[in-house]
Amino acid sequence: MLGKLDWSAIPLDEPIPLVAGGTVFLAVLGVLAWVTVKGWWPYLWREWITSVDHKRIGVMYIVLAALMLLRGFIDAIMMRTHQAATLYGDGYLPPEHYDQIFSAHGTIMIFFAAMPFVIGLMNFVVPLQLGVRDVAFPTLNSVGFWLTACGALLVNLSLVIGAFARTGWLPYAPLSELEYSPGVGVDYYLWAIQISGVGTLLTGVNLVTTILKMRAPGMGYLRMPIFCWTSLASCMLIVAAFPILTATLAMLTLDRYLGFHFFTNLGGGNPMMFVNLIWAWGHPEVYILVLPAFGIFSEIFSTFSSKPLFGYRSMVAATLFICVVSFMVWLHHFFTMGAGADVNTAFGIATSVIAVGTGVKIYNWLFTMYGGRIRFDTPMLWALGFITTFTIGGMTGVLLAVPAADFVLHNSMFLVAHFHNVIIGGVVFGAFAGLTFWFPKAFGFRLHEGWGKVAFWFTMAGFILVFAPLYFVGLQGMTRRLQSIPVEGWATPILIALLGIFVMIIGGACQVIQLVVSIRHRDELRDTTGDPWDGRSLEWSTPSPPPAFNFPHLPHVEDAEPYWSIKQRAIEGQIPLEPLEYQAIEMPKNSPTGFVTSFFATLIGFALIWHIWWLALVGVLGAYVTFVVFAWRDQGEYEIPAEEVERVDRTRLEARRAWYQRREQVA
Amino acid sequence: MSDTTAGSLPSDISARSDIHDPYRIGRSAGGRGEGHGRDATGRGEGGPASRFVTVTYGFWIFLLSDIIMFSAFFAAYAVLSGSTDGGPTGRSLFELDRVAIQTGLLLTSSFTCGLGSITLHRRNMAWTLIWLLVTGVLGAGFLLLELQEFSGMITQGAGPTRSAFLSSFFALVGCHGLHVTMGLLWLGTMMAQLWVKGFRADLIRRLHCFNLFWHALDIVWIAIFSLVYLLGASV
Repeated sequence: MLGKLDWSAIPLDEPIPLVAGGTVFLAVLGVLAWVTVKGWWPYLWREWITSVDHKRIGVMYIVLAALMLLRGFIDAIMMRTHQAATLYGDGYLPPEHYDQIFSAHGTIMIFFAAMPFVIGLMNFVVPLQLGVRDVAFPTLNSVGFWLTACGALLVNLSLVIGAFARTGWLPYAPLSELEYSPGVGVDYYLWAIQISGVGTLLTGVNLVTTILKMRAPGMGYLRMPIFCWTSLASCMLIVAAFPILTATLAMLTLDRYLGFHFFTNLGGGNPMMFVNLIWAWGHPEVYILVLPAFGIFSEIFSTFSSKPLFGYRSMVAATLFICVVSFMVWLHHFFTMGAGADVNTAFGIATSVIAVGTGVKIYNWLFTMYGGRIRFDTPMLWALGFITTFTIGGMTGVLLAVPAADFVLHNSMFLVAHFHNVIIGGVVFGAFAGLTFWFPKAFGFRLHEGWGKVAFWFTMAGFILVFAPLYFVGLQGMTRRLQSIPVEGWATPILIALLGIFVMIIGGACQVIQLVVSIRHRDELRDTTGDPWDGRSLEWSTPSPPPAFNFPHLPHVEDAEPYWSIKQRAIEGQIPLEPLEYQAIEMPKNSPTGFVTSFFATLIGFALIWHIWWLALVGVLGAYVTFVVFAWRDQGEYEIPAEEVERVDRTRLEARRAWYQRREQVA
Repeated sequence: MSDTTAGSLPSDISARSDIHDPYRIGRSAGGRGEGHGRDATGRGEGGPASRFVTVTYGFWIFLLSDIIMFSAFFAAYAVLSGSTDGGPTGRSLFELDRVAIQTGLLLTSSFTCGLGSITLHRRNMAWTLIWLLVTGVLGAGFLLLELQEFSGMITQGAGPTRSAFLSSFFALVGCHGLHVTMGLLWLGTMMAQLWVKGFRADLIRRLHCFNLFWHALDIVWIAIFSLVYLLGASV
């Protein structure tokens, strides 16, 4: 009846996962009870869970990402403290648990923290920057989000029911085959990633269509804000790379469930093919994450230097160059696996060449700042922190691109330090910068500056303290994923890294405090104009938070910085700030399709992990019925009456006029 | 030149009637209200494209991603096609007669699917449903033959667990078969909707997408037919 599932799946004899799982369970229960007592369910259901508004979905993505970032960070703290403890004793994590921790850390950070964060920001910002009212497929957007949430749920479920994979964040075959990993760990990984991967693919398709087919009148390709360009490149990579992941994981699933021989040792299987296929997705994935971050930094450098972006066209070219070349470098992840000198050389050169594209961007950012009137607000601090640390990370990457050097450094802590240097310095700093930058747009008030700056400096210092020593210890020969390191010579760097993680904890705590303080003081931090940073692209022309329809009239775009020129004309009195004629606006209706589909997807995933075949069938049927019900509906849209549009826009114009008058008085 | 001071800028700049656009390329010129009208919708410069264009374009992008997934299975087949582990080879297993009939059925179903879209344009309900039904029946015939082939191979001891070659064969051809199955489910649902709701705009868009899907499956099948069956039977 319940397949492989019985009471032995609950780790009653292991205190750490049990206590951790129990705490999370109680916390979730507490939140649910709180929501019920407060009577917030109808509101949550109406305004958030069933929402198809790209802004709401973007916010939900970021909430999910923040929670998972915390979870992955706790894993990181455990790894650093445990490893430091094993310098002098046994530590507190047995090997099979430690292996789960590093696997879960990587999986969660990439798939459920970085990806949702980046996708959330794209979802929120791109339609606003393009000057349109929503994405191309709003309901599909909601489906994508909830499928991602379902994947995150499955991964976290493995904490209490059964176990997670011990095979690393990419389950290399044949280790991940049934013969060597007989438990449910790898199955949890496979179904969680497969389901959330479908969600990501849907988002990719959705945003590519949105950017290429839905832009405000006059916004030619070379007038799109650079964040839209990098989002486009990132989403094209999603469309081109994620199907490879889907296929690869499907092959591993067939091996494990039906005895196929894709990657097995026996039957003619080819384990090397897994490594090739997974990195054919895995390397573009790196750029899927970092390209949008590049876009965020481009917006921030230009806004906070009060200058147009330097070298807009070369930025576009560099973005597309990276987009294409990212598919030609995957082999550098396994130079040591015997491809031969000629193949290694070709991929080594391609890897070095891709750094040129990034180099172009770095110089563009520097020249954007050159001669600018720079304001050092929190987003700009994150951007400056990025440009220094990312350059170091990039240079160690070029070092690793040399096959001969890679033979020495492969699988070492040097590699670990390198990719954390680029992912934290690039993607995470980018996410934080974007969060601080667009937070006032989403919620109508700024984040507290003081706490933001403190958070930045602690995070930055902690980040350097953790990973700089790891470079050295890697050069001394320490490999990654070691459960025990009783080596005296490594003590100093490992202990400095331990100190660093505590500094990073302070940095993280400051961000939580910043959020709390900002919410409590939201009236003082209120953004009344909708343009808190003296912005340049169209999202700043809307009120904060923007109305459901974003724009009462689609803006008319005439250059690459449409809002800047609108603002200049308004300041010069060229645009009368009088309300125009208003028309009713049709917006897509909310729909529970995403949530319900994801509910059934969770059932399917859980049932297949535990071999509960009937439940999987129920899930499939349920998902099909959900789709038919959605397809059958007669009314997909609702109308916002012209009076309501006018009311909202009059308020906006009022605020604008007051702001311009204040400006004039100052001048 | 010499008399151009800050106080006497050319009037067109101060009036902003002709803003210099440094990013201007090609035909989409800068002036307000001109250069991007009716003729530029395809590239999005005339404002958001119509719902029909957006939906079918998005579906195209999805199909591209689907074809990339197939290409991963093709790549796996190419790598593993020689790894028979001492078991049967394609030459001893593939029956080209059946495959020829399958190909005929699938290609004909694409033709009838196209006829369905012509009758759809004429808003002729009876003929649209008839052609869609014929499409579905032909697709089901294709699937039946494929299942017959699979079960025959499995009873011969040449199932997917026998060797890596057979694993990749079953996965690739099976993945196509799964797509056909999903297509039939989709088609059946849409026919029921068409029958109940009539020629609604959203249904017409979806039928157009179905056409694209069905033709894409044809393209994949032609690759399977030539790369898997023809090559496999001759080597």
